Amino acid sequence: MPDYCKRGFLLTDEIAPRPSDERLKERKVAFIECPQEIPCNACVFSCKFDAVEMENINAPPRVIYENCTGCMKCIRVCPGLAIFMLEIKDGKGRITMPYEFLPVPEKGDTVSLLNRKGEIVGEGTVTWVLPPEKNEGTALVTVEMDKDLLFEVRAFRVR
Amino acid sequence: MGRLQEHPVVQFRRGKKVTIYFDGKPMEAYEGETVAAALYANGVRIFSRSFKYHRPRGFFCAIGKCSSCMMEVDGIPNVRTCKVYVRDGMQIRSQNSYPDVNNDILGVFDRLDFMFPHGFHYKKFIRPSFLRLFFVNSMRKFTGLGNFPKEEIKERGREETLECDIAIIGAGPAGLSSAIYAGELGADICLMDENPRVGGQLVKQTHRFFGSAEHGAGTRGIKIAENLEKKVREFDNVNISLNTGVFGIYDGTIGAVKDNTLIEIKPKKIIIATGAYERTLIFENNDLPGVYGAGGVQTLMNVYGVKPGDTGLIVGSGNVGLILTYQLLQAGVDVAGIVEAMPVIGGYFVHAAKVRRLGIPIYTSHTIKKAYGSKRVEGAQIVALDDKWQEVPGSERDISCDFICISVGLSPTHELLYQAGAEMRFVPELGGFVPVRNRYMETSREGVYVAGDAAGIEEASTAMIEGRIAGLDSAIKLGYGDKEAEEMRDKFVSDLEEMRRGPFGARILKGLEKVVV
Ligand SMILES: Cc1cc2nc3c(=O)[nH]c(=O)nc-3n(C[C@H](O)[C@H](O)[C@H](O)COP(=O)(O)OP(=O)(O)OC[C@H]3O[C@@H](n4cnc5c(N)ncnc54)[C@H](O)[C@@H]3O)c2cc1C
Ligand code: SF4
Ligand code: SF4
Ligand code: FES
Repeated sequence: MPDYCKRGFLLTDEIAPRPSDERLKERKVAFIECPQEIPCNACVFSCKFDAVEMENINAPPRVIYENCTGCMKCIRVCPGLAIFMLEIKDGKGRITMPYEFLPVPEKGDTVSLLNRKGEIVGEGTVTWVLPPEKNEGTALVTVEMDKDLLFEVRAFRVR
Repeated sequence: MGRLQEHPVVQFRRGKKVTIYFDGKPMEAYEGETVAAALYANGVRIFSRSFKYHRPRGFFCAIGKCSSCMMEVDGIPNVRTCKVYVRDGMQIRSQNSYPDVNNDILGVFDRLDFMFPHGFHYKKFIRPSFLRLFFVNSMRKFTGLGNFPKEEIKERGREETLECDIAIIGAGPAGLSSAIYAGELGADICLMDENPRVGGQLVKQTHRFFGSAEHGAGTRGIKIAENLEKKVREFDNVNISLNTGVFGIYDGTIGAVKDNTLIEIKPKKIIIATGAYERTLIFENNDLPGVYGAGGVQTLMNVYGVKPGDTGLIVGSGNVGLILTYQLLQAGVDVAGIVEAMPVIGGYFVHAAKVRRLGIPIYTSHTIKKAYGSKRVEGAQIVALDDKWQEVPGSERDISCDFICISVGLSPTHELLYQAGAEMRFVPELGGFVPVRNRYMETSREGVYVAGDAAGIEEASTAMIEGRIAGLDSAIKLGYGDKEAEEMRDKFVSDLEEMRRGPFGARILKGLEKVVV
């Protein structure tokens, strides 16, 4: 059993290979944190651009960053809430995260940023929201933050 | 009061406001709520008293399996209040307590238990012999459950006989799938469930489901239930009978009760898809009100929109415990932590990651030692376990919480299978006693099929495929369908194999080796 099964979170050296800064600057890209073999393939079937690879239904998914158009189909359906859209825009990092709590933040709101362990690591500004009613209850929220936090922040708390 | 007004995922459609009376006190309730849910929303925590020592008991399962919520309803004793729905003017009385269930003076027996280490009977109060009868009669007044109705019940029961091709017991994902696939082939079907709605466990699963995209992965459980229901209602040849509890199978004839009607069903084939029970755990004060089954809390919170408390402690980190934690947070309830006896988290990593990143601690290699409180949970003590499962002295720590959810696994419901005459085996990997069967889910008793959690604890996705296989095979054996139906059935058999190929499936496969012939 890998150690993350004891902890419940990934360490930075356990996550998938990162897309390059150049790629992140081009357009947003799906980043998946689903390392365990579980019987699920919702992401593969949702992607119309062959950007998610999986050997069989139990194998972990892998994103082919070149193919990913940033369409966000996969993040909408992932039952593990394990997909994050990452992007670098105007020197700032932007993460789009699924959000299933109330209240749903609004564009311009300041939120506390949480890492994989739930520790507050900074604050960010909401730049875009897909309201929950447009996605069967799961809102998508884009938060702008320091670019160095792109691979650290995985949740936020509305203040 | 204790009702949720808004929720990020569920819309609670409450019925008309009505008034019910609990021990004479008026309380607000909404049509469509169970009595137990309405009482809980009004702050009732003690539902009954244990029948000897009068220890306070709360609800546990919320689906009619544990009997700890029994009260007198409109004069009828021992009614499971989690199974009956409120009606305007309903009179509910606590039983087996004096003056009432909250302040039961007979609770003093619990303080005197050192005097009766074996209980009351056999050794105490038998001498002097001329007083024995007096003792017995007095004890009967203090113990037992409920009082006889004061008036004679005049209403007469009715009887009914039904015939059909396939009788399906249980309308969870497994039973519904059986009905849809056998219905499609044209078989005449009777689908029964003791609940007032179809969907089984799915009706409280507000999260998106895993599985294969072909079988609805990424869809919320509640939505899967809706889709299945819509589909099954399209068939005129599927007769859906809700509020219908099956109590026995006698030589291929099914006995069921609906309201005051006794139904005798004579089917050609039977599919048993009755799901599972929640297990409990042994620790000090595990019967205190506030110690609930995880599924019970989900029912209360996600079906009826009633808040279980302010801060919960979750025992068990399987998928059920992890998902429940997430759902509690969604309902605005705090979670103090998740306790897991194993050195690793039991459920899927992604479920664990969802709650970890919200700061919920998961204590692996820990267990719950006791619950604090006299009439309701006021806290808990947890303790670390070493690699030999022994408590580590001095590692105890107190957790402040006002309820505790037990999610230490499920066991298949096996009663009807035994009664039908199927050969049963104890298979720990599958959760308990399960029937020997072939790859098409037919048990050793010809014509009796099993599907879903009743065949072994797994998931909704596998339950649905098993249901389809059982539905197709039973209909095919009755002469419905053609070659195509057989091919479809065989494809589902290989789909199942494919799904079980991962590490989580390995355990299931090991279990199946012991029962699939
Ligand atoms: C908290 C939780 C989370 C879960 N998450 C997932 C997940 O993410 N993905 C996944 O694939 N699965 C998940 N599951 C598992 C899934 O819900 C179950 O495996 C599935 O519901 C089993 O289906 P079933 O039809 O066998 O049983 P059930 O859904 O339990 O249905 C059984 C039905 O039979 C009825 N019944 C029982 N006895 C009788 C009787 N004597 N007479 C009449 N009716 C009777 C019951 O009322 C019930 O409606 C989860 C389960 C729980 C509890
Ligand atoms: S964002 Fe769109 S293109 Fe990229 S992986 Fe997801 S579904 Fe495929
Ligand atoms: S849909 Fe989500 S949970 Fe399922 S395999 Fe893909 S990333 Fe993992
Ligand atoms: S029977 Fe009602 S709570 Fe268990």
